[in-house]
Amino acid sequence: MWELRHRGGCPGPGGAVAPPPREGEAAGGDHETESTSDKETDIDDRYGDLDSRTDSDIPEIPPSSDRTPEILKKALSGLSSRWKNWWIRGILTLTMISLFFLIIYMGSFMLMLLVLGIQVKCFHEIITIGYRVYHSYDLPWFRTLSWYFLLCVNYFFYGETVADYFATFVQREEQLQFLIRYHRFISFALYLAGFCMFVLSLVKKHYRLQFYMFAWTHVTLLITVTQSHLVIQNLFEGMIWFLVPISSVICNDITAYLFGFFFGRTPLIKLSPKKTWEGFIGGFFSTVIFGFIAAYVLSKYQYFVCPVEYRSDVNSFVTECEPSELFQLQSYSLPPFLKALLRRETVSLYPFQIHSIALSTFASLIGPFGGFFASGFKRAFKIKDFANTIPGHGGIMDRFDCQYLMATFVHVYITSFIRGPNPSKVLQQLLVLQPEQQLNVYKVLKTHLVEKGILQPTLKV
Amino acid sequence: MTELRQRMAREPDAPPEDKESEAEAKADGETASDSESRVEAVTLPTSVDDTPEVLNRALSNLSSRWKNWWVRGILTLAMIAFFFIIIYLGPMVLMMIVMCVQIKCFHEIITIGYNVYHSYDLPWFRTLSWYFLLCVNYFFYGETVTDYFFTLVQREEPLRILSKYHRFISFTLYLTGFCMFVLSLVKKHYRLQFYMFGWTHVTLLIVVTQSHLVIHNLFEGMIWFIVPISCVICNDIMAYMFGFFFGRTPLIKLSPKKTWEGFIGGCFATVVFGLLLSYVMSGYRCFVCPVEYNNDTNSFTVDCEPSDLFRLQEYNIPGVIQSVIGWKTVRMYPFQIHSIALSTFASLIGPFGGFFASGFKRAFKIKDFANTIPGHGGIMDRFDCQYLMATFVNVYIASFIRGPNPSKLVQQFLTLRPDQQLHIFNMLKSHLTDKGMLTAATEDK
Repeated sequence: MWELRHRGGCPGPGGAVAPPPREGEAAGGDHETESTSDKETDIDDRYGDLDSRTDSDIPEIPPSSDRTPEILKKALSGLSSRWKNWWIRGILTLTMISLFFLIIYMGSFMLMLLVLGIQVKCFHEIITIGYRVYHSYDLPWFRTLSWYFLLCVNYFFYGETVADYFATFVQREEQLQFLIRYHRFISFALYLAGFCMFVLSLVKKHYRLQFYMFAWTHVTLLITVTQSHLVIQNLFEGMIWFLVPISSVICNDITAYLFGFFFGRTPLIKLSPKKTWEGFIGGFFSTVIFGFIAAYVLSKYQYFVCPVEYRSDVNSFVTECEPSELFQLQSYSLPPFLKALLRRETVSLYPFQIHSIALSTFASLIGPFGGFFASGFKRAFKIKDFANTIPGHGGIMDRFDCQYLMATFVHVYITSFIRGPNPSKVLQQLLVLQPEQQLNVYKVLKTHLVEKGILQPTLKV
Repeated sequence: MTELRQRMAREPDAPPEDKESEAEAKADGETASDSESRVEAVTLPTSVDDTPEVLNRALSNLSSRWKNWWVRGILTLAMIAFFFIIIYLGPMVLMMIVMCVQIKCFHEIITIGYNVYHSYDLPWFRTLSWYFLLCVNYFFYGETVTDYFFTLVQREEPLRILSKYHRFISFTLYLTGFCMFVLSLVKKHYRLQFYMFGWTHVTLLIVVTQSHLVIHNLFEGMIWFIVPISCVICNDIMAYMFGFFFGRTPLIKLSPKKTWEGFIGGCFATVVFGLLLSYVMSGYRCFVCPVEYNNDTNSFTVDCEPSDLFRLQEYNIPGVIQSVIGWKTVRMYPFQIHSIALSTFASLIGPFGGFFASGFKRAFKIKDFANTIPGHGGIMDRFDCQYLMATFVNVYIASFIRGPNPSKLVQQFLTLRPDQQLHIFNMLKSHLTDKGMLTAATEDK
């Protein structure tokens, strides 16, 4: 922050500004004591400069301090700095992967908590960047309002989606019934309260800044919260729909890096000069193969393949079911050229493996665009990393930028190609209907089921 | 608008008129960085006088204050008359008007963004903004409107495929736009491009979602569209009148012209207006019935048995009012009770939408969003208070009036797997049996 204050003391191109502010105040704060319109145009100078200056004029936000633990530093002190960096990154990568495995072992509930934790941290990182860019850390109410909006949107999404899975649990409690029935209204009222607080908190000299932060918060919510909820919905479909996509993206990151490291010659895109075509294509093929194998290995276990359900009797999540057709071995006849190559007539595959090819292809072709987007964002705001949470890697957001589009794709893929609407949600909505409507629907359904032969027509209650 | 130019000319420190100083005087409406970073004066076109010549001549004798009042008044009546005509023309035309208003609002806000960031020449950006608008509209129309045209869609094979894979197609379209944005990032303009990207998305969030909720409400019954919008308009006009005649105490620093007297007077007047309007409208089927698409005649029909909400019922008047009015009971439509809630929201919270827009205009130093309507400003100026109303009505309907749509549920049911269908059927059966709705007699049908 010292650097920021120092910067605030430098004269802007427009004219003289007040001497460096007092301790503990953000750069723009000293203008508050002045009330003439000159100072207002000075502030507009600053915002106007922020807005319309080309990128090269904007001073760099300084890189954060080095957080590598002392142990690692001592162990690696003998190596040159290039290899040292490589080792730190490598060790942290392995640590993160082990953590990932550990949480998978602990079950779906822990995974949900992890996703929630990551979402909150990503939100915090992006909002902090916004504060730094606009020197708006001292805006009245704003920190409170950002977190409040995060809470509102999370409440809305969790109520809409996750509550369906707890349907049996919810039916028992009266207060929860009330909350579920009027859920949209309550969420809307909460959001509205935040909106009105925002309007009432508009302060004369800081309108533009406050609107910027408002928009920044909303775009961040759009990005982080929707993605994390789609991830959780995929998770409930079956842990394999959560694991395979995320692993494919991570594998693509790592193998593209390795291929680029060893074979990289042709740069891929001006935005990220370190990426190369060799890395891109090599990563693509390795990811498809990896996804194929990972799908084969995971499809065997009910634990990964079954939809997650909440059983009220044991009060926990269970994953037990009859695996659907997607996860039952089928014989596929090989096309002729592969027959000659592998010298087999047919091969036993899980149908899910075919889907995994689609998922891995998306992860390797389009996933990197999420990374480019984040790189562009970092260049636009002249920051090296989103934050400094993970030594050698940057912030949480740095790790999850490629995942950004993956979760949405998997969700859209599932709803379009794999299954229709969620059965428990349909049931939930049926139970909310008026009794006469329920009776009508019941009769229609019965006729349909009898026609299809699913229900025996002579069955009596 | 001539008043604005006169006002600026009257300022004691305004230099004699030439282009540069006019730009200087309009610097109040521009960021100061304008005059520094650009030699030419790039200004927002807020001072062009759009008042038709006819009006100008007719009103030339009056003083400028009354002239402004007359211009606004005449345009208000013109807009209200236009509104009535559109209602008469039916739901299809209403939908098209809503769509046009949405596009115009989007255009106005994006243009402000371009002007603020001087980014009119950014590569691709105009194309990308409109492309994103198209994508989001395609997605929403596909999700909601298709349900109403269900039978039509199922008949035509191409439409059926589009409907089945709708989400996937919309996502692919959006993704293409996203990738184009990433590929269009140019070295010196990263920040500007990200700003415009963010600006476009927030605008889409505001404008497109609202307009689709409006169309949802419309399909519920034209009364759910007309009464909320009329309440907001009435509140605007009544608050203005009350403030004009009785206004003393300022309401909020953000809009110095608003007063508490106007606010409270507008609130009561709007509630009364809402009650009367809903009483009048609840009598007619064409307003009260849900809009349905009739496949045989290939048009929209509004014909149904009015629901309980729209049948007169007797209510006992509480003792307090009995002595005042002298009646024991009163016959009202239940919908009128709901209209009180709608009017209250329109008068209490609706103005916050207006304050939000005022704050936005002050933040970016513009007087009006655009200059489409003489005397009033842009389309967005007229619709800023409606912003929250559409969402509220939609949430209100979903929470208190009706639940999910039964036919849609049946459709969703039919797409499930057989074992899931059986499971749900059995759960429904046990639920109905518990409630006593299902007996052995009805089972035999």
